Amino acid sequence: MTTDNQHDLITDICTRYGNDKGRMLDILTAVQERLRCIDETSMHTIADTIGCSRIEVEGVVTFYSFFSVERKGDITIRLCDDIVDRFAGMKEISMIFEEELGIKLGQTSDDGRFSIDHAACIGMCDQAPAALINDVVITSLTPESARDIAQKLKTGTPPQELLNSVGDGNNAHELIRAMVNNNIRRFGEVLFDDANTGKGLKQALHQSPQDIIEQVIESGLRGCGGAGFPTGRKWSMAANTPATERYVICNADEGEPGTFKDRVLLTERAELVIEGMTIAARAIASTQGIIYLRGEYAYLKPYLEACLQSQRDSNFLGKNIGNVDGFDFDIRIQLGAGAYICGEESSLISSCEGLRGEPKNRPPYPVEKGYLDCPTLVNNVETFACIARIIERGAQWFNSIGTDDSSGTKLISISGDCDRPGVYELPYGTTVHELLKLAGAEQAAAVQVGGPSGQMIDPTAYGRKICFEDLPTGGAIIVFGSHRNILEIVEYYLDFFISESCGYCTPCRVGNVFLKERIGKIRKGFAELMDLDYLRELSNTVIQTSRCGLGQTSPKPVISSMDNFPLVYSALLKEHPDGMRASFDIQKTLEESRHLAKRRSHIFDTSYDN
Amino acid sequence: MSDSPKKRLATTSLAGCFGCHMSLLDIDERILALIEQVEFDRSPINDIKKITRRCDVGLIEGGCCNEENVHTLQEFRRKCDVLVAVGQCAIMGGLPVMRNAIMHSDDPLKECLYEAYIDSPYIQNDNHQIPNDPALPLILDRVYSCSEVVKIDYQIPGCPPSGDMLWQTLTSLIEGRPENLPLELIKYD
Amino acid sequence: MTTETTITFTIDGQTIEGRAGQSIMDAADQAGIYIPRLCDVEGLHPQGSCRVCTVKANGRSTASCTQPIEEGLEVENETRELRNYRRDLVRMLFHEGNHLCPICEASGNCELQAMAYRLGITQASKFPYLQPVRPLDASHPDIALDTNRCIRCGRCIRASKDIDGKHVFGYVGRGIEKQVGVNGSKLSKTNVSIEDYAISPDVCPVGCIIRKGEGFKTPIGARKYDQSIIGTDKKQPGN
Repeated sequence: MTTDNQHDLITDICTRYGNDKGRMLDILTAVQERLRCIDETSMHTIADTIGCSRIEVEGVVTFYSFFSVERKGDITIRLCDDIVDRFAGMKEISMIFEEELGIKLGQTSDDGRFSIDHAACIGMCDQAPAALINDVVITSLTPESARDIAQKLKTGTPPQELLNSVGDGNNAHELIRAMVNNNIRRFGEVLFDDANTGKGLKQALHQSPQDIIEQVIESGLRGCGGAGFPTGRKWSMAANTPATERYVICNADEGEPGTFKDRVLLTERAELVIEGMTIAARAIASTQGIIYLRGEYAYLKPYLEACLQSQRDSNFLGKNIGNVDGFDFDIRIQLGAGAYICGEESSLISSCEGLRGEPKNRPPYPVEKGYLDCPTLVNNVETFACIARIIERGAQWFNSIGTDDSSGTKLISISGDCDRPGVYELPYGTTVHELLKLAGAEQAAAVQVGGPSGQMIDPTAYGRKICFEDLPTGGAIIVFGSHRNILEIVEYYLDFFISESCGYCTPCRVGNVFLKERIGKIRKGFAELMDLDYLRELSNTVIQTSRCGLGQTSPKPVISSMDNFPLVYSALLKEHPDGMRASFDIQKTLEESRHLAKRRSHIFDTSYDN
Repeated sequence: MSDSPKKRLATTSLAGCFGCHMSLLDIDERILALIEQVEFDRSPINDIKKITRRCDVGLIEGGCCNEENVHTLQEFRRKCDVLVAVGQCAIMGGLPVMRNAIMHSDDPLKECLYEAYIDSPYIQNDNHQIPNDPALPLILDRVYSCSEVVKIDYQIPGCPPSGDMLWQTLTSLIEGRPENLPLELIKYD
Repeated sequence: MTTETTITFTIDGQTIEGRAGQSIMDAADQAGIYIPRLCDVEGLHPQGSCRVCTVKANGRSTASCTQPIEEGLEVENETRELRNYRRDLVRMLFHEGNHLCPICEASGNCELQAMAYRLGITQASKFPYLQPVRPLDASHPDIALDTNRCIRCGRCIRASKDIDGKHVFGYVGRGIEKQVGVNGSKLSKTNVSIEDYAISPDVCPVGCIIRKGEGFKTPIGARKYDQSIIGTDKKQPGN
């Protein structure tokens, strides 16, 4: 492409988004897709066109893992590097791609056709190993299918034509056509009950905002993303902050490794989610909404756009919704670009504003001052779906399901070493044991509840309940059999947090690197008993001083594995009473030197006989 | 601890500049009070080359650049009850550790030696050879701080630590008092 | 000051008065109580990134530079627990970059170093040294950047943007790779000037931004924090 053409292409893209700096993410996504990179020149052009400095553009480009300054291949293969995918054989798959395409992980082929990269969890743990080939999701990879795919790609088959089959349910819809499976194993009464949708919203049309909020409060619904903040309280704070505009944002940035229930909801119950958002708009008097869809789920975007359009066509979105004068609300989809931290609500808002996805200082909280400094309500996909049901069937009904402090049902994503991985809708209060029985994983040696930022529990704790009073979770349950190495899992989770930390604050940026270093040392047998105290103290500093939820929870895999699997650690610790460091290997430190000097060591090579 | 009423003290300089030892002399006339309390074993101050018997305290100046540094440090660790890293080089590698951050290639040591003896525009080295006398100890792949090689019990920061700093820390160590330094004495330069 | 905007709270048991909307740190400064800090400096918007100013407010840890005061708030500042956190944070910054005090021309004027002195850091930490390989940019005739010493405080970014109106600096990358970049392929390609506030000695707390030819005007030993512990030179402007 000539410089002029490139310039025109970029300015066209910028124009499409109104030369609006706030739409930086969309602009960069489009440029990356067309040019396969956002290089110096592109950054300059974008900066000049939308009126900001080049360093601001570079700041955003280098923040998100789907953007790159270096040119990526026309076909970019992103292999999911989640622990479940690793255990399912991703290493072998990765070697096959490397071998067939003649490039290493992280490289781009000289002809610019292919790149191979890692992706953090892409939300397909129940059908691992999985990969993204451009936007196309490939699931349940085997060495044979990987080789077949690589060979087809080499002969020029476009990614979309790689699919031999499509998945269940709406995955076969003409606007999705993905080989992804929903794997819904248990249909519950709230979300997967197939009662007609639209009823909740119709009822809400005739209720006052205050009534709606009161029902939400009464229902006892708590945020389904993991933190469990009471939804009704959040709504009333957003509604009560004086403002001329308020925003409703649906957090569909499902990034917690092992979680994929929002993907299934968006595939099967998108209308319910949109309905919930519209009810929220009525409750807090908002006219604009955003669905923040993680970049890994880009394949769902055309379908979701169509759902929004059909809602508009039915007068459930747009002007005078349901013929209620002045009830205007519409939703746009904001595509993410590969950043786990954007699941944190204030980072998500930064990202929607076209900024680096870094958390904002709180207070003020998003409900007071969020998107574009207006009161903003951010709720999880599942939370919005529940809302539609609550208004439809009543707060009492919802409240009667679950436990005292955790009302309703929870969508659980189960993956790992189990016979029936997939999505289960179960009432809060279900025990881990019951879950494992349903999933065919009664022999589990360890269960990670709530993904890496949750807890790793051992079999003595399987009687504990999934609920906010006991074991809270955003929905991820990852099962590990007795053949798995606990410390490998812990080290992986730290790796995940290291690569997903935004780097804003010191403890999270640096502390997680140090935690991983010591876990690595323990795994190699170089650590001593005092290293356990060190890990606890460092974890505590990171938890206590980090700025957002990422750093405040990232040491949890370390702490919960130390608490619940102490023998795993003690078996690897060795005391060195002579004061020598086991990690210092004199032979290794001299290897290069011997080679360069072409002689051996007087001191450390005992056979030296000059 | 040894049987002698006086504490035994050994000192050495590894990859350091002897500045910390110079600073030890900066305690001036207090050195007379010091030798009332301690007997020097191996040290450049008395030129004893080998540790003669078990010592109470070992002072280490400098980090580890070569195999001989490692050997000496390990010997000090074996033969001293309390091992003290003195000065920034012993603590974190100091000036020599700069080489760890300038080695970019897959062959870092080679790059470093070539930069030092062959390629640098500021080098006058007529024979274009990297020194390699058999008597020279082999250089390590990178510079290590003392605590990466052996367990270190205390450290005295500074480049060099001032005479006052050394005096305060040493006397409290020898007398078994807890270190209670005035903040004004703490310096890293 | 009118009574309805006055907020009364305590720091380590001492009763303090502040104005509504003030941060804990600002109110503390006004009362002559020093809370350790690195990324915050007078005249720039607080960022809350270094976390050295972490205090406990009603038992919860928070950054005092961004946390507003509240009536009756009980703030802990000088406690053993907080000192330990602060030591860990300062050590993290030392171990994350390449901080060779003996060869750094900022030594003695360096706030990172001074904070370590104030916190009494003499003994070994168990943290590893990351020894990153980071670039040096000496392209500009008057200014050099040694990013080995950068602690990501962002003071230069905010100073350039908010005071100079220039955007010379900005964050790039994320996680441990997050760093301060310049608005051009190198510093000499930006519109930076030695006259910029962002380049003034008050802004960079460490030796990353170097004003060429000035480093050793004041000899080692006679510099700011050779004379006094950081935070003890705080003026007490009163209310």
